[in-house]
Amino acid sequence: MCLSIPAKILSIDGDQAKVSVRGAEYSAGLQMIDDPEVGDYVLLHAGFAIQKMSNEEAKETLKLLREMDNL
Amino acid sequence: MIDLRYIDEFRDKELIHKLIRDIRRFSGREYNFMEVCGGHTMAIHKYGIPSLLPENINLLSGPGCPVCVTDKNFIDRAIAYSRMKEVIITSYGDLLRVPGSYSSLEKEKAEGRDIRTVYSLLEALKIAKENPASQVVFLGIGFETTAPATAVGILEAQKHNISNFQVLSAHKVMPPAMNAIVEEGVRLDGYICPGHVSTITGKSIYEHIPEKYGLACVIAGFEPTDILQTILMLLKQIEEKRPTVEIQYKRAVKAEGNTKAQDYLDEVFTSRADYWRGLGKIMNSGLAIREEYRDFDAEYTIPVDVTSIQDDTACICGEILKGLKNPVDCKLFNTTCTPVNPVGACMVSSEGACQAYYKYKRNEVN
Amino acid sequence: MSHGSGGQMSHDLINDMFIRYFDNDVLNTQTDSAVLNIPPEHISFTTDSYVIDPVFFPGGDIGKLAVCGTVNDLAVSGAVPKYLSAGFIIEEGFEYGKLERIVKSMAEEAKRAGVHIVTGDTKVVNRGKADKIFINTSGIGILNTKFKGLSYGKDITPGDKIIVNGTMGDHGVAIMAERENLGINSHLESDCASINHIIDLVLKSHNDVKLMRDITRGGLATVLCEITDKDKFGIAIEEEHIPVKDQVNGICEILGLDPLYIANEGKFLMIAGENEAEAILQTLKSDVLGRDASIIGEVVDSAPGKVLLKTEIGGTRIVNMLAGEQLPRIC
Repeated sequence: MCLSIPAKILSIDGDQAKVSVRGAEYSAGLQMIDDPEVGDYVLLHAGFAIQKMSNEEAKETLKLLREMDNL
Repeated sequence: MIDLRYIDEFRDKELIHKLIRDIRRFSGREYNFMEVCGGHTMAIHKYGIPSLLPENINLLSGPGCPVCVTDKNFIDRAIAYSRMKEVIITSYGDLLRVPGSYSSLEKEKAEGRDIRTVYSLLEALKIAKENPASQVVFLGIGFETTAPATAVGILEAQKHNISNFQVLSAHKVMPPAMNAIVEEGVRLDGYICPGHVSTITGKSIYEHIPEKYGLACVIAGFEPTDILQTILMLLKQIEEKRPTVEIQYKRAVKAEGNTKAQDYLDEVFTSRADYWRGLGKIMNSGLAIREEYRDFDAEYTIPVDVTSIQDDTACICGEILKGLKNPVDCKLFNTTCTPVNPVGACMVSSEGACQAYYKYKRNEVN
Repeated sequence: MSHGSGGQMSHDLINDMFIRYFDNDVLNTQTDSAVLNIPPEHISFTTDSYVIDPVFFPGGDIGKLAVCGTVNDLAVSGAVPKYLSAGFIIEEGFEYGKLERIVKSMAEEAKRAGVHIVTGDTKVVNRGKADKIFINTSGIGILNTKFKGLSYGKDITPGDKIIVNGTMGDHGVAIMAERENLGINSHLESDCASINHIIDLVLKSHNDVKLMRDITRGGLATVLCEITDKDKFGIAIEEEHIPVKDQVNGICEILGLDPLYIANEGKFLMIAGENEAEAILQTLKSDVLGRDASIIGEVVDSAPGKVLLKTEIGGTRIVNMLAGEQLPRIC
């Protein structure tokens, strides 16, 4: 069964995008994404982008993990 | 643009060791946490997380593999369709090896039936356009992560008049199964909630679980730091006696989820009772295609009469899916039931508990 | 194409194509059997059939594969590959131009490997009785008695190092990506290559090579499981030292596969004494087919019969034989 994986939007053509996962290209349907832009990262699942990924939240999570100290 | 995947960072050994160290502080008692997502089952085993956790933390694998919980009758129907003239079956890969009552889609394909693997439903639509004389039946399996794609597919078919495109839906939703597990008496302290289902649904679908059952819930990502941070968050909730739903996987999950995808789901699907392999009938756990889109619902457009036989009694997939037993407790595991010759669905899918065990733990002396 | 029944048409095909491309003294005599001049040493003999689909793929084709595969089987047992036979079963309707491409490719690879294709056969079968083209190659090599035990392993002891010559999973994933219905557009190529020269280089320059195996169907994991000795030794490897291309990892992640179980066609592993291992690694790296070579682990006495993997985050898991998950028709 197909899993979900972060992918970068390389180009957009109407409802479809070409996305890149670790250097390999896939086609992705953009019907579920609001205002997709080239360069955005999305979650790719079964040939569709299902959500945009947030740069800020990723950095926040890592920051939290790094600052984690004695409980 | 920074690489959002941050793969190296989310797998950073130093962070991992910090998290393990903090998890080890919770040493006073046993904790049982269940994940209900095939992706989590695989990630946990692939990174060797159980070998890093202290003995008092038990990770249980629940019914998170959509292939594993697909009822035998669904497979039997698909096989019946494949035997009809001018029918092309399109399906996600793993489903082909799931055993039905007498056969499997893979065996039927070897016999010459037109059964094609697709990575995306959009390909199934393409096949339908290219074969106007055939009925192209797409086997819709998957949870809330995958069902919106099927909804989009049906709407596209309607928009472009692809009338030979049909869907046989076995789509299911997670929360009723999560409830059923608790109500069956499985001893749990918390749920590692499915990260990708939640990107669609948001957190509200789990909120009744802490309220009604007092269980801790954390929505988890799939990197090792995600999983370990989730476990830590669950432990803290329990210690502080504040069971709630928290999001660990913030970079992909918003509290409200993906409302656009949710709208597609509501537009095309409605709730119904459904049969889960191993769990039986669960109310409001399945997604049926709405009346307005009946033209694309294979259940209505291609009537077929199929009786399925009972499951092999030695197969304990049901109890494994509920986390009550481990694959090694099954008499058939690694004897009659192997990835080559699966008896139960848990052994078929690469996300199933039995296959994960077979791959990663089979010879462990523990 | 109806050339397989003897008579004038076959003669033309043989002459035009096979002799033209495979051209060597033995083949050119066109006798029923090839008469070879082999010194009275040990002879290694192997055979393999190739049914890969698609027939043409990034990095090679069925012909190149048919030569490499058989050359490599000989090379990893320590033999010097010398002579190949080539049998073709061709489906009626298969294009002449495609056959020519394949034959040309075989000739080029044979030249690269330093072997001669000295005898062969062609049969054409009705449409539907074969899928495009099947090729069988058998190979003869000369084995120096010094290397006789190499396939089974001799004097393997805890502390011996395990070395691979490059990235894992390229061939299987390149083939999968080529099969359109997965929607992948990758730049991956099969690693299909003759490894006899690089193996020769190592064996000439170093003494302490104790075992060699090629890593084909079933991948690295399968080979490792096969070579552990239930009574005597186990193997411990480290994920972060196993070379895998980023794209291969990405595609495996999407499809839920493990690169350790995926086929290769130009990769082999060696077990070598601890003291020689680093030097062997440098020798491998000096060759284009060993650029990404790596010491991936070692032989241990602590877990006899098992293969233990230390994951990139420091966890441990056991690597098992995985039956039945192979991709169809990839070799």
